[in-house]
Amino acid sequence: MAIWFARSKNLVSSLRHNLNLSAILNKCDYSPRPIFFTTTSQLSTTSFLSPVASLRHESTAVETQADHLVQQIDEDDGQELDFPGGKVGYTSEMKFIPESSSRRIPCYRILNEDGRIIPDSDFIPVSEKLAVRMYEQMATLQVMDHIFYEAQRQGRISFYLTSVGEEAINIASAAALSPDDVVLPQYREPGVLLWRGFTLEEFANQCFGNKADYGKGRQMPIHYGSNRLNYFTISSPIATQLPQAAGVGYSLKMDKKNACAVTFIGDGGTSEGDFHAGLNFAAVMEAPVVFICRNNGWAISTHISEQFRSDGIVVKGQAYGIRSIRVDGNDALAVYSAVRSAREMAVTEQRPVLIEAMTYRVGHHSTSDDSTKYRAADEIQYWKMSRNPVNRFRKWVEDNGWWSEEDESKLRSNARKQLLQAIQAAEKWEKQPLTELFNDVYDVKPKNLEEQELGLKELVEKQPQDYPPGFHV
Amino acid sequence: MSSIIHGAGAATTTLSTFNSIDSKILVAPSRTNLSVRSQRYIVAGSDASKKNFGSGLRVRHSQKLIPNAVATKEADTSVSTGHELLLFEALQEGLEEEMDRDPHVCVMGEDVGHYGGSYKVTKGLADKFGDLRVLDTPICENAFTGMGIGAAMTGLRPVIEGMNMGFLLLAFNQISNNCGMLHYTSGGQFTIPVVIRGPGGVGRQLGAEHSQRLESYFQSIPGIQMVACSTPYNAKGLMKAAIRSENPVILFEHVLLYNLKEKIPDEDYICNLEEAEMVRPGEHITILTYSRMRYHVMQAAKTLVNKGYDPEVIDIRSLKPFDLHTIGNSVKKTHRVLIVEECMRTGGIGASLTAAINENFHDYLDAPVMCLSSQDVPTPYAGTLEEWTVVQPAQIVTAVEQLCQ
Repeated sequence: MAIWFARSKNLVSSLRHNLNLSAILNKCDYSPRPIFFTTTSQLSTTSFLSPVASLRHESTAVETQADHLVQQIDEDDGQELDFPGGKVGYTSEMKFIPESSSRRIPCYRILNEDGRIIPDSDFIPVSEKLAVRMYEQMATLQVMDHIFYEAQRQGRISFYLTSVGEEAINIASAAALSPDDVVLPQYREPGVLLWRGFTLEEFANQCFGNKADYGKGRQMPIHYGSNRLNYFTISSPIATQLPQAAGVGYSLKMDKKNACAVTFIGDGGTSEGDFHAGLNFAAVMEAPVVFICRNNGWAISTHISEQFRSDGIVVKGQAYGIRSIRVDGNDALAVYSAVRSAREMAVTEQRPVLIEAMTYRVGHHSTSDDSTKYRAADEIQYWKMSRNPVNRFRKWVEDNGWWSEEDESKLRSNARKQLLQAIQAAEKWEKQPLTELFNDVYDVKPKNLEEQELGLKELVEKQPQDYPPGFHV
Repeated sequence: MSSIIHGAGAATTTLSTFNSIDSKILVAPSRTNLSVRSQRYIVAGSDASKKNFGSGLRVRHSQKLIPNAVATKEADTSVSTGHELLLFEALQEGLEEEMDRDPHVCVMGEDVGHYGGSYKVTKGLADKFGDLRVLDTPICENAFTGMGIGAAMTGLRPVIEGMNMGFLLLAFNQISNNCGMLHYTSGGQFTIPVVIRGPGGVGRQLGAEHSQRLESYFQSIPGIQMVACSTPYNAKGLMKAAIRSENPVILFEHVLLYNLKEKIPDEDYICNLEEAEMVRPGEHITILTYSRMRYHVMQAAKTLVNKGYDPEVIDIRSLKPFDLHTIGNSVKKTHRVLIVEECMRTGGIGASLTAAINENFHDYLDAPVMCLSSQDVPTPYAGTLEEWTVVQPAQIVTAVEQLCQ
């Protein structure tokens, strides 16, 4: 404490500022800068002098600015210090940056809940063709989620994970990208694949792990992947795709391609170390990556208030030197505009961009979860009915005269029929033969795997009754 | 002194009697040999306190030596052509040649760019290829390993350097869950042709965290291959082969071997990733080893030859999968196996190799497979303690004598 006092050149003035002692002490102003009294309820300047710590600190109107850093520089002496990393101004006023600003970062929104465009909105117009396709896909995604979920409940597939409530994020983001953009999903973005042309049959095949599955029956349901559609195979561990996205961005940068990497993560996934690392790397490499965080409020049973203490995820972008935006994730037009702009920025400026899409996870985390155990059923109901992104977009499309009730029922019944057929077909389709257990571990099967395969083959041939019917070599 | 040795000796494998004096004598002569440029082979720093040991010449008993198992030109018989370099330079040469050959090859890691890498393996590459292709990354092993995987899935061929193998424990998630698996789980749609390399092993008094033997931990991961280099010749060959491989390959280098000197061929060559190297053919016993322990074994072999034994020394090189063909042929010839490794007793490469040999060649064995490994202790810093965690030539000699009774 004594050392601190000795070093502080402007001790008197800073004391004066902190403790409102101007009336008591003589003013010896060492600098021409304006003197003001610091702190509001949010600032936490500390005082080393405990006896006077109880003095109230007055606030100023200036403190309502969101960015305290800028303010700091405004008031400094105009002198700068040289440090590794560049010049930085200094202040003799001890001020801590508050842990949060008084106002949360607003989210970008175009459509109101009634499906009307908010006047004076800033957005990229969407043509009838595009809008209708977007709506159709959102509705198809809804039907797909519903049917597959039911199939799991009937025991036909072992697992499923819905995207209910997040259809706008799924479809509108996909619509804003080019087919060359490489997508690295978490697992709640099948809509992106749907948009790109993955058929309902292909979805069903992966869920059933049958012979037609591109993954050859090696991954759980919903772990889709398609190199043809530039959609990386889903890997269960959370956030591992974020550093990989930095790598994809790096690769695209090297090839100077007109494409970017787009990767998705949930609010929970941002707690992982890979989130920090992936964003940091992308920023340092100046890699063209768009990070889309689906902040849906829940990570299985962990509410976001238990996940982080920052103002969501958007504020973390600046910490890594990444441009960021918060978007109403249930507003398809806003998501479309934001992702489209972010994508352009990423590619033309060769920089990462962070988008936080605010939404709500209406469904359970997965078929292994019953979310009514940890959240109120009416909360779920509210979001499902009153804040439904599909309905909202539908209203807008219908208001434009581009969609009708008839189109709606036709689409839904067709999708439903197609899905039921796809499931029936996929269910009947035979499973992978034994050889696929040992293929693709390496490019060429090594000797030990050959031996193991032979051993298993002999076992099965010797006692076929011990193995499921249809299990063939 | 004796208590330390007793402690160390008791923990190491099956040796009941152990003469500490013997190994001390053995160590000293090897150092004096350095000043004499003879045909003797010189062991690379069994004395851990020595920072820069001298050059290690490979054995030149030309009448006995069969060149290594690669079906390429014989390196050691052509003494006139070729050029001499150190092991780290051989790695660099291999890397540079591959980067010249294929524009998709890139390097990423901490301080690999202008600094040239902590062991100078990537020296000069950033100047030649630019700092995008030889990329300095922030400090996050899981991140740059993940980055390498993502880049590989999009068509690049990254060479990921861990500054020390031990740090790759932080990358375990990416290596295990993604690197090894994504080719399989994507149904073959995505390949991950990465090379993950770095220095590991015990010997520079770097403390426990920097003396890890990661081959133990990684050996179970399906989908990856592991190789360990031990000479400039196989370092360059394995580096090139690893880069050209479509599978993810982990190349283990050893901190103490970077300054080994050898003459290698001028022409392009690779070493087969799945083959073991016959270092010294023999009749009495098969000694299987890899990386730095090769040199301890060869030093012990010198003593053994003087005592009348004829050991066959094989540098297994391929840690995953094992080259059971070469190993099997040797076991069928000698009927006795000694494994000398630097891994810890529990769950090391030696443990897996013992199991594999017992399973496959049980009928050919005249004695139980013996495995000399490091003790199950964190590697201490003090020079003497560190030395005793590593298998010494004297122990090898005693083990051979015991097996050949």
